[in-house]
Amino acid sequence: MRRVLTAEEKEEVAEELVRAGIEEEIVEQIKEEFIPAELTIEFDELLGMQIEEEYARDIMMMQGRGEEGEVKLGDIELKVNKSKLPERIKGELRKKLRAVRNKLSRRKLDEILNKVVERYEKAKVEPREAVGIVAAQSIGEPGTQMTLRTFHYAGVGAIYITLGLPRIIEIVDARKKPSTPAMKIKLEGEYAADRNKAEELTMEIEETYIRDLGNVEASTEDMSVWVSLKERELKRRHIEREEVEEKLKSIGAGGLVEATEDGKLRIQVQNKFYHELLRLEEKVSNTLVKGIEGIKRAIVRKDADGEYMLYTEGSALKKVMRIEGVDFSRTTTNNIAEIADVLGIEAARNAIIEEMMGTLEEQGLDVDARHVMLIADAMTMDGEVKQIGRHGLAGGKASVLSRAAFEVTVDNLLEAAIHGETDELKGVTENVIVGQPIKLGTGAIELVAR
Amino acid sequence: MKKGKILEHELVPKHEIMEESEVKELLDTYKIKKEQIPKIKISDAVIKEIKAEVGDVVKITRQSRIAGKYISYRLVTE
Repeated sequence: MRRVLTAEEKEEVAEELVRAGIEEEIVEQIKEEFIPAELTIEFDELLGMQIEEEYARDIMMMQGRGEEGEVKLGDIELKVNKSKLPERIKGELRKKLRAVRNKLSRRKLDEILNKVVERYEKAKVEPREAVGIVAAQSIGEPGTQMTLRTFHYAGVGAIYITLGLPRIIEIVDARKKPSTPAMKIKLEGEYAADRNKAEELTMEIEETYIRDLGNVEASTEDMSVWVSLKERELKRRHIEREEVEEKLKSIGAGGLVEATEDGKLRIQVQNKFYHELLRLEEKVSNTLVKGIEGIKRAIVRKDADGEYMLYTEGSALKKVMRIEGVDFSRTTTNNIAEIADVLGIEAARNAIIEEMMGTLEEQGLDVDARHVMLIADAMTMDGEVKQIGRHGLAGGKASVLSRAAFEVTVDNLLEAAIHGETDELKGVTENVIVGQPIKLGTGAIELVAR
Repeated sequence: MKKGKILEHELVPKHEIMEESEVKELLDTYKIKKEQIPKIKISDAVIKEIKAEVGDVVKITRQSRIAGKYISYRLVTE
């Protein structure tokens, strides 16, 4: 389709090329001669495409060449972009084609592309394939090889996290809180480069109660609670004595806080009852002076890129992301419910995939990510993280027989009978129970006589 | 917290509210009803940020381990 461009369109092409990073001089030169002659693509499509800088010139030179003409980088770019392949295969294809460009003709290039598309279409799952069953088996079998009860730790820092089968169960059960909450906190700028800066941050984050700073004692003699702060602890955690005093006043200790000469703090009980004294002692030792509640410990580690980052025991995503020096966009927690809450359902879906794949990989098991993705999709389908089980996916099924076949058979049948439920016999389980062909694979096809 | 900050998080894919015409095209392509699309809650953190309303369909561009890029859809519900 040879057609002459209008002046307006030429202008548009030129602009597009400048935007793609080509020098204005060159653009001026080729603008006048440009005709979308033998391009394999429509002019409108070309404008809508993202083209890398170095290829734009090739595209301009691609006019008027025959089928056997040499293959330019621009050819590869355009044709691969236009093919109906997933991004990752496109990337791989581009790389490989560029390497053998000299040996290709344009006809061969087309042939290769057609073959790749054909293979890709063949590799796709057929409609009505029972992907759920395949996913269940693909995770179930490696599951038998997993360690049954492991408390593994993340390296020398000795932060313990549940791994192996217990962790997988935890994920598919969609627990509100994992048995060992933990965070990986990435840092920004100088915090990531300087170990001391990173260490300072751990002190900002680690929860520090008064009981961590020294001894808290209740004395019945003068009916007051005595706090003796340890100088070393204060220094290590960068806390001033006055800060502690302020905190004590703010918890409503009745303004009866006084500092004695030997460096102790004395808090008097207002009404002199013994149980009041004990309650006060409890309250004082559990007063948060610094840090984030829930973060029991934080350690500094160097990651694979040589950046310093923090590992924590305990998780508080929302609060940690407000701390200066934390690179929030790369900070994660192993608490999926928390991610769903703070970052939304799509992030939770990603977290489920990452956590499950991470656990499987750590055990040396090679499970295709697509099975795990299917599980994550099923769990997050309704906009909230649902467990796979009685209270989630399996329990929410429409079919009575299917629910009864899963768990608590009698309860399910009884409930269904009371409410007068009917079973449409549309799913797999129900039809197996009543002995009908199931609507899967070849069973899904029906003949209609006319 | 700064507005829109969660949208920058690496776990959060791009969410876009779809035009009425795009939604119709989508439903026609797959021959489905709106209710058959996976759901997302109106209270979802990202939905609050992009200010979608109940009944809107959001287009989600996921980064996939397998495909590189994968487009998915969710219907905003109560």
